[in-house]
Amino acid sequence: MQTIINAFPYLMEGLQVTLYIFSIAIVLGFLIGLVVALLRLAPFKILNWIAKIFVDAIRGTPFIVQLFFIYFGLNSLGFFSLDNTTAGIVTVAINAGAYFSEIIRAGIQSIDKGQTEAARSLGLNSTQTMRHIILPQAFRRMLPTITNQAIISLKDTSLLSVIGVADLTQEGRIQASATFDAFNVYLILGIIYFIVIYLLSMLASFVERKFVLR
Amino acid sequence: MSMIRVENLKKSFGDLEVIKDMSTVVEEKEVICVIGPSGSGKSTFLRCLNRLEDISGGHVYIEGTDITDPKVDINKVRQDVGMVFQQFNLFPHKTVLQNVTLAPIKLKKGDQKAAEKKAYELLDKVGLREKAKAYPGELSGGQKQRVAIARALAMDPKIMLFDEPTSALDPEMVGDVLDVMKQLAREGMTMVVVTHEMGFAAEMGDRVLFIDGGYIVEENVPKELFGNPQHERTKAFLSKVL
Ligand SMILES: Nc1ncnc2c1ncn2[C@@H]1O[C@H](COP(=O)(O)OP(=O)(O)O)[C@@H](O)[C@H]1O
Ligand SMILES: [Mg+2]
Repeated sequence: MQTIINAFPYLMEGLQVTLYIFSIAIVLGFLIGLVVALLRLAPFKILNWIAKIFVDAIRGTPFIVQLFFIYFGLNSLGFFSLDNTTAGIVTVAINAGAYFSEIIRAGIQSIDKGQTEAARSLGLNSTQTMRHIILPQAFRRMLPTITNQAIISLKDTSLLSVIGVADLTQEGRIQASATFDAFNVYLILGIIYFIVIYLLSMLASFVERKFVLR
Repeated sequence: MSMIRVENLKKSFGDLEVIKDMSTVVEEKEVICVIGPSGSGKSTFLRCLNRLEDISGGHVYIEGTDITDPKVDINKVRQDVGMVFQQFNLFPHKTVLQNVTLAPIKLKKGDQKAAEKKAYELLDKVGLREKAKAYPGELSGGQKQRVAIARALAMDPKIMLFDEPTSALDPEMVGDVLDVMKQLAREGMTMVVVTHEMGFAAEMGDRVLFIDGGYIVEENVPKELFGNPQHERTKAFLSKVL
């Protein structure tokens, strides 16, 4: 019990870092996903291709390799130097972005063609149609899958401990060896992740109930 | 100037030549009804009139503007051409009022208050003021279609296109929608109506177009077209539907 009480403040610091990284990365990831989805659906073959290559590259490689590539690989070129937290945020954002783009693309394509036709027949241009008619409906439909991906990305942030980011997992590792009580520390670590993810799901289903039931 | 002038219109989907050669003219305040077998290209013809379909050949002039000209601002032209669809296509995430005000607010840069005032007038006209705050999912088919008409009218179009507006409705709902359309016609709206309602075509149509095989086979005042069809195909079609 005493070990847990001693370790707890450190774990909370780690949790703060995890939540900080996650919230920035998920917002960035969503924006990347939206842009890539629109590129994939744009009426230009080259843009479709670029977007598809990006998505395939991310889907076809392990997260940890992407992380190493961005942190060690890009830094080794010497053009810039990303600190480990920034590299971590960028990797989670890009990785989530690729998966988000597939979700958003499917969401957009699931909206009945008649919606676009009705909007265009009123004189709305394609951007206005996308913004006011298609995307709001698509997002409502995508929310459960988006939540799913957000949870996966949250869990992926624990891999940033490998490059030394002082996130929740990293703090857990430090505390596990400092207290010689790996069992209890990792148990608590698991419980903290579980609670955070549980709250995230609750938030998502609240949003869903508020907007989706139409 | 004619409201609509169609000159040698052609439309293909890949190898499928749906419209081979159609020409016609619609004058201001005319109500034109389009009839023909299913799959004969009635919807395609109508959708070429506001370029919802890319036009393969020929010309379509809306108030003198050739909409087949790629330089034309088609969004501007479409503001003058309302369209009502068989499947309503209301925006399910918006209230009835928002459905009606969306386009005017985004496109006419008018203020919301004025758009809503106008929307309520239009909802009155179609008998649905009390549904202003409802969502489309809460309406019957007939109510949805009347909202769709109000939505199209909110842009103050000069022409209204209807694609089988009553075909997806339960029979008891058809009358309400047709009544709204009749009132519009009496007020002098220029209308092109694809319909299976021969009664409506006979009563309201200034002319009826019979489409089959990629051509306008016959075009005449309803009395003549229904009472004294000239072509075999028209006769065969009418004998099935009348
Ligand atoms: N987007 C499309 N792609 C391919 N074929 C189409 C498309 N739209 C319509 N068609 C075909 O064109 C023909 C005419 O269709 P349509 O205009 O809907 O007929 P109608 O409204 O008279 O029933 C049909 O054979 C239909 O299958
Ligand atoms: Mg049709």
